[in-house]
Amino acid sequence: MRHACLALFLIILGTCAGALDIEDRQVIPGTSERVLRIVSTADLDVFEPYLMAFHDSRPEISVDYTVVSSAELHRAIRDGAEFDLALSSAMDLQFQLANDGFALGHRSEQTQALPDWARWRDLIFAFTAEPAVVVLSTERFSGLPVPATRQDLVALLRQHPDRFAGMIGTYDVRDSGLGYLFATQEARSTDAYWRLSEVMGRLDPQLYCCSGQMIDDVTSGRLALAYNVLGSYAAERLARDSGGRVQIIGMQDFVNVMLRTAIIPATAQETEAAGAMINMLASLGMRDEPGDWPLPPLNQPGGTEAVGFGPIRLGPALMVYLDPLNRRSFLGEWENALEQR
Amino acid sequence: MTGTGSIGRRLTLLLALVAALLSVLSWSMVTGLSRQAVARTQDNVLAASATTIAETLRSEQGEVRLELPYSAFSMLGAISQDRVFYRVSAGDRVLTGYDDLPSPTGAAPGIGQVVFDTGDYSNETIRMASVTRLVLAGGQPVPVTVTVAQTRSGVSTISADLSRQAAILSVAFFLVAVGFSAIAARTSLRPLNEIAASVSRRGPSDLRPLRRDAPTELAPLMLSLNRLMGRLGQSIRRSEDFIAEAAHRIRTPLATVRAQAEIALRSVGDETEKRRLRQIIRAVDESSRSAGQLLDHATVIYRTDDLALSPVDLAELVGQTAAALEPTAAMKEIRLDVAATPARVMGDPVLLDNALRNVLDNAIKYSPEETEVSIRVTTKEDQVHITVTDEGPGLGDGPLGALTERFRRGDDTQGIVGSGLGLTIAEDVLLAHDGRLDLKNRDGGTGTCVTLVLPCS
Repeated sequence: MRHACLALFLIILGTCAGALDIEDRQVIPGTSERVLRIVSTADLDVFEPYLMAFHDSRPEISVDYTVVSSAELHRAIRDGAEFDLALSSAMDLQFQLANDGFALGHRSEQTQALPDWARWRDLIFAFTAEPAVVVLSTERFSGLPVPATRQDLVALLRQHPDRFAGMIGTYDVRDSGLGYLFATQEARSTDAYWRLSEVMGRLDPQLYCCSGQMIDDVTSGRLALAYNVLGSYAAERLARDSGGRVQIIGMQDFVNVMLRTAIIPATAQETEAAGAMINMLASLGMRDEPGDWPLPPLNQPGGTEAVGFGPIRLGPALMVYLDPLNRRSFLGEWENALEQR
Repeated sequence: MTGTGSIGRRLTLLLALVAALLSVLSWSMVTGLSRQAVARTQDNVLAASATTIAETLRSEQGEVRLELPYSAFSMLGAISQDRVFYRVSAGDRVLTGYDDLPSPTGAAPGIGQVVFDTGDYSNETIRMASVTRLVLAGGQPVPVTVTVAQTRSGVSTISADLSRQAAILSVAFFLVAVGFSAIAARTSLRPLNEIAASVSRRGPSDLRPLRRDAPTELAPLMLSLNRLMGRLGQSIRRSEDFIAEAAHRIRTPLATVRAQAEIALRSVGDETEKRRLRQIIRAVDESSRSAGQLLDHATVIYRTDDLALSPVDLAELVGQTAAALEPTAAMKEIRLDVAATPARVMGDPVLLDNALRNVLDNAIKYSPEETEVSIRVTTKEDQVHITVTDEGPGLGDGPLGALTERFRRGDDTQGIVGSGLGLTIAEDVLLAHDGRLDLKNRDGGTGTCVTLVLPCS
């Protein structure tokens, strides 16, 4: 019986998600006909504990978890793809969906407990605060000082162009929604960003779509340094198996802190289950101790407060860099800096 | 007494009504003004946002270029959590933003002027600000319009919040006003109550005019009251004078009649005639006594109106009065047993003598022959008691209070000469001296016990 149900779900979901460029997918079957369809940018290995926790509390609901890129997620929701919950690290895109009326409201005790900066209009809810970090290979950095600020990093890259040529990785902001968010917010906040980009551009940087691959390449030694990596993934990977080959550094002059957010798309059917999932994520976001969860809570002890930078603000200003004109001009500048051929 | 409601309550109610009206008025005004202020704030921020965007408009290689400044939207996010929409169009061509966003309608916007409008977009009411600038593109000026719109839920929330606060304040204001109204009503009515209290505090025969400060509104009332009391006092005095005059005039001819009857009694031998004459003498005695008591009563009323207090030793007074009545008692073979300790009070000796004489007179009158009437003067704490006890028939079972009413006589007084004024006179005197008259049947055995209670000096 269970297998028959599962097969049925897969068929239904297959038809729904057919147009999507799916990176990964998992279905946790439940005991009833109800299915909570989640579309997310979080890798399965990072997010599975959350799905299992939800399954434990609501075993009757099947969970269908689809991993896509943030841009793909945004496009799918805009096009009316049927999902009950959308979780994304690209908070600007999520915000735009909420602003443009693609999200349903949800209000509960747990969401009300969230701080004001972690929710907007009961439409969009943050449940993790994840800083952008620099990940470097211990082996490739042997004998070199560990940079603490962007100035240090710029100086280091200038002094040792031979050591770093082709060994630096960063997001391809044209493909990655999160990379674009980090880049635009950093460009807005610190002058050092463009200088650093110029320097990196001269060193033939490797461009990536996702944090995971960058971390993999630093771990294997293919990269000496990955810039603007999602700290939570790096920490999780480091805890798992790097064996001291990788070092995570937060820049002390400025740190971008991204909020991973959830919205209930306007097309959602299982709004009750989606709300329950948001409630669970919100209360996990408000936990005091990091615990065993792969993703950090909203308030990290010694995290964002230590360097004095709050998370990127959830507000209409996020839409500024999504404007096509602004995006075109930003990408133009970014290409000039990073692709010096 | 028929009431037409309380002035205080009516005044409080009226003032409270006014306060309620003012509260509602102030609440609606505050609500209206706050809504305007909040709406204006939103307009100002929208205008600033649109202007900030318009300032980035420029021309590059014949093309209109612009960059949305970060501040243009962050300022919108700063005041409320409202959805934001925008559009930049050059002529009919949309450069960027939401294609289907409505444009502010109405007056054609002047260049550089901000136009506002309210409309509907994406199932919500929005407020729009629009500004147009001319940009040189391709050699000719192109009007470029920047429209920034925001939903109004923040405005409604803040307005509702302010309105609720204003409502709470208004209710508080109203309650305070009601409290003050009640206090104001009570304060305004206090002179009236004070006058009423001072009138009701007065003794039953105190008809002196009221002398106290009163608000101008109460002056006519005071004046009429004083005039009424004056007339009343005059009228009472006149009738007392008349009674005294009448009693006096009756007494003299009665004495003549009695003397003539005594002479006649001695000169006639026939027993029937003698019996008739004795009846005449008896009737004359009764009338004469009544007239005397009426005179006493008039004297008491006259003197208590204007009481002249002097130190009086009651032991001495009791001795004198008893001595004066000794002959009357002797006629019935009644012994007057006086035991007095010196007791000083402040009083009018004539009145006190009058009171005591009437009490003693009663005691002698109602006592059987060959009995004893005892008079004791004792001091208890700050009071002096003159107790007169006889061995007569007692006071009967009727209400004791009624015995001191004018012309009221006890149930078992048939056949005994009396007017019914004696105890009335005694009580009037004692009340005028802040004392009282206690009447009771004697403990153990027949007889009456009358106590005159006076405060010590």
